[in-house]
Amino acid sequence: MGMRSVVPFGPQHPVLPEPIHLDLVIEDERIIEAIPSIGFIHRGLEGLVDKRDFNQMTYVVERTCGICSFQHGMGYCEAVEHIFGVDVPKKAKYLRTLWAELGRMHSHLLWLGLLADGFGFENLFYQCWRVREKVLDMQEMTSGGRLIFSVNKVGGVIKDIPQEQLNIILKTMDEVEEELKVIKNTFFEDYSVQSRLKGVGVLTKEQINALGAVGPFARASGVNVDMRLTGYGAYPDLEFAPIVSTAGDCYARCYIRTMELFQSIDLIRQVIGKMPSETDLFVPVKGNPDGEYFMRVEQPRGEAFYYVKANGKPNLQRMRVRTPTFANIPALCEMLKNTELADVGLLVLTIDPCISCTER
Amino acid sequence: MVEIKNPENILEEIELSDLLKRALELKKDGLRFSQACAAYVNDKFELSYSFSNYETYQLHTLRVVVDVEQEVPSITEIVPAAVFYENEMKEVFGVKIKMISLDYENKLYRIRQEAPLGPKKEEN
Repeated sequence: MGMRSVVPFGPQHPVLPEPIHLDLVIEDERIIEAIPSIGFIHRGLEGLVDKRDFNQMTYVVERTCGICSFQHGMGYCEAVEHIFGVDVPKKAKYLRTLWAELGRMHSHLLWLGLLADGFGFENLFYQCWRVREKVLDMQEMTSGGRLIFSVNKVGGVIKDIPQEQLNIILKTMDEVEEELKVIKNTFFEDYSVQSRLKGVGVLTKEQINALGAVGPFARASGVNVDMRLTGYGAYPDLEFAPIVSTAGDCYARCYIRTMELFQSIDLIRQVIGKMPSETDLFVPVKGNPDGEYFMRVEQPRGEAFYYVKANGKPNLQRMRVRTPTFANIPALCEMLKNTELADVGLLVLTIDPCISCTER
Repeated sequence: MVEIKNPENILEEIELSDLLKRALELKKDGLRFSQACAAYVNDKFELSYSFSNYETYQLHTLRVVVDVEQEVPSITEIVPAAVFYENEMKEVFGVKIKMISLDYENKLYRIRQEAPLGPKKEEN
């Protein structure tokens, strides 16, 4: 047995866009155990229910994270709408789905770029983020915000997307699809990419199930769970199937997210093709919520959980957001066991950690 | 069209003494642990442990109501995935959870304030 020592990893590290700390117990450069610590940017957003009413909380929840902001707002609004028992207009559901899939695209492209940067492929990193800019431009054009849209409200959405802008989105999706085909080939076939990703950080389906991991991280190990199948938004009207792999390694995680980009393009085309012509964007919600509801949505990183409890007063009794990264950290620690210290940065990246989400 | 599964959520209120038994039963039934959280309502803690069905996506939540000073057994020996959730409930709300498999002793969140932060005083 070699000498054991503890190497601190993070909270500041070149591969980490956000702070998380891991105490790595190593033996001859091999990880024996990883103990995580979080909370460096804890903001206490859930506690703001005491000071903000349930409508204002929509804007608070949207600011949980800068990457999946829209879906946070959507999940929260859907939870409150369930308590009120309101059925939002079909057009609002379609618009929410369109923005949700645009958000998924920019999140996955961001991650692909960071992954390429993580294993030293700078040019691939530039290409991913160049394509991502086009998606961000679509978000800015339709909502006014590049990352935080603020278009959700309890009862529906506050903005419509005119037909001319939908046509621009369709044209942009054609361009993005062509460029993604080139990027996909590099990720899937390049020797240096494969040598860093294949067979590294393998987790089995059983391990994923035991540790409660979610999203593309879980689907890469053969766990076929996708919250879009629970039927929120316009998903019941769309044709899609969760993308699943069984390899369970870093390459499989890269494969899932890359293929989900093409799936999102397809879903956006379907949404625009079936966009209802009605003009109602929301239903007025009167009074205060009274009751509780558990809502789940499929964010880019996986299942996000919103628990809302209200007692008929403007301020909620409890609002809880369980983000996908919070659920994925135990599986990350298991994955790090018995790997090389040099691979830790890349392995942490492959769960697509969003620490801002996790801290709330 | 894709097959959409939209089952009703189940909320099962149980006694604290049944928590471990029901958690084990749901796990044996093949349900996936989804989340756990606490709420401070009417001077008591409401603890929710949610499990999800892989096939039907049905969410089954176990609800336990305990006094503030009451000790709660950890489910982490049955459900390892609950370790962060229980540490969070302990640190943020002050729920007295015992025997967590990896107990951070109120240091999961590295914040300046002394933990546990709760239970909070009711303002409404």
